[in-house]
Amino acid sequence: MTQQFYVSPEQLMKDRADFARKGIARGRSVVVISCADGIALVAENPSPSLHKIGEIYDKIAFAAVGKYNEFESLRQAGVRYADVRGYSYDREDVTARGLASVYAQSLGAVFTAEQKPFEVELAVAEVGPSQAEDHLYRLTFDGSIADEHSFVVMGGQAERVSSAIEAGWQASLGFADAVRLALKGLTPVQEGDQPATTLPPSALEVAVLDRLSETSRGSRRAFRRLNAADITALLA
Amino acid sequence: MQESTANQVAANATSSFAEHLQRDRPELLPFTRSLQGGAPGAAPVQVPHATTIVTLSYDGGVLMAGDRRATMGNVIASRHIEKVFPADRFSVLGIAGTAGIAIDLTRLFQVELEHYEKIEGTQLSLEGKANRLGAMIRGNLPMALQGLAVVPLFAGFDTSAGVGRLFSYDVTGGRYEEHEHHTVGSGSVFARGALKKLWRPNLTAAEALSVAVEALYDAADDDSATGGPDTVRQLWPVVFTVDSTGARRVPDAELAAASRNVIEARTIAGREA
Repeated sequence: MTQQFYVSPEQLMKDRADFARKGIARGRSVVVISCADGIALVAENPSPSLHKIGEIYDKIAFAAVGKYNEFESLRQAGVRYADVRGYSYDREDVTARGLASVYAQSLGAVFTAEQKPFEVELAVAEVGPSQAEDHLYRLTFDGSIADEHSFVVMGGQAERVSSAIEAGWQASLGFADAVRLALKGLTPVQEGDQPATTLPPSALEVAVLDRLSETSRGSRRAFRRLNAADITALLA
Repeated sequence: MQESTANQVAANATSSFAEHLQRDRPELLPFTRSLQGGAPGAAPVQVPHATTIVTLSYDGGVLMAGDRRATMGNVIASRHIEKVFPADRFSVLGIAGTAGIAIDLTRLFQVELEHYEKIEGTQLSLEGKANRLGAMIRGNLPMALQGLAVVPLFAGFDTSAGVGRLFSYDVTGGRYEEHEHHTVGSGSVFARGALKKLWRPNLTAAEALSVAVEALYDAADDDSATGGPDTVRQLWPVVFTVDSTGARRVPDAELAAASRNVIEARTIAGREA
């Protein structure tokens, strides 16, 4: 019988965290921006069908980076949680705070109890009637939860993208400006004398949560996915 | 070991909200409870019943209308009940039968469609929606045998074929596609008689609205469980139209005008029937 080596809990947690961070750092970034028209979610994602951004409920959206199978299972669990809650209580009783806390608990449980932690980072966004009532939560692989204002950046180049967004963010941005700003942040820095290439709309995944979806579209579901043509039209 | 995990994951992957509830929260389903002590064939309990729904096709879409009355035996349980609901962007459903179960079933069906759309990222086909509704009605069969039946009508715009389609159901969940028009509920016989005379191919949406309102008027004329337009309380039928742009609830002003036209025409004619 082989003797197990002693590993201190600190070391164990650090190893797990490093492992998860490495996995996340490999992925492309996702930006969530709260602006005057609502909340814009922008991801660099060449696949038109494997989404990183999804609708959870009327006013709530989800964005993730990391391993697809892991965040997709979390997204589906979130949709189930929200639909069961809305069905058994009422639609307005489904809140981003409740969902984020369920996510935090599941991520925390997986981080400590499972063979390997989830290599994902999530953002849960809820659009409110006014910008002050918008909620943005960022959840990391170990179950930490942070209540963010104005914007969230996750993924490989988070720090660089984040500083670019911070420099240009204003509360009065519309969707077009918010997406432009996100695009500016997501565009890779030029190397040497090669000119910086902006990402084409086909390499982007963009969705928005409309602040006034009831009046503008007659729908209580604020989530709207923009296809390549919509993105081109928005940025034109 | 690995294969059994894979099987488990595959078995748990469902896009159906009703299936998820069945597995995790069966107490939330409207139709899992079996009534205690109520043997099949016993006198049904007194609960509010929803009545007449009419649906018809017109040029470019379908229309569904329901009166506003719920009855409990000889008593009017509600004058304000709404029995026609949007199911999603391109379909509507109307319900007749036990009101409490029917309204919960409608809610479940609405969540079912939205849930599928969110999980899969695409809308269910119209046939798929019609089949899911049939399965839910079949789930209610034990309750139906104890007198608490729910019978819906389903109408929607088939976005792939580009036409409006109508579906009727029986209590066992049998699904039948209808053409031109159909009715359910206690006043359905009278409404259908009216529709047979009033409906014709290629109606416009406005004509279809007045046909539906008149059919409900005839149903209310002969069926005590169906409510006619109430000019005192300003209560009009609930009407939805579905065409290529989606489902739309007809505003009260249009319904008031259509109802008043019917009443006026009948007053002028001054005939018994």
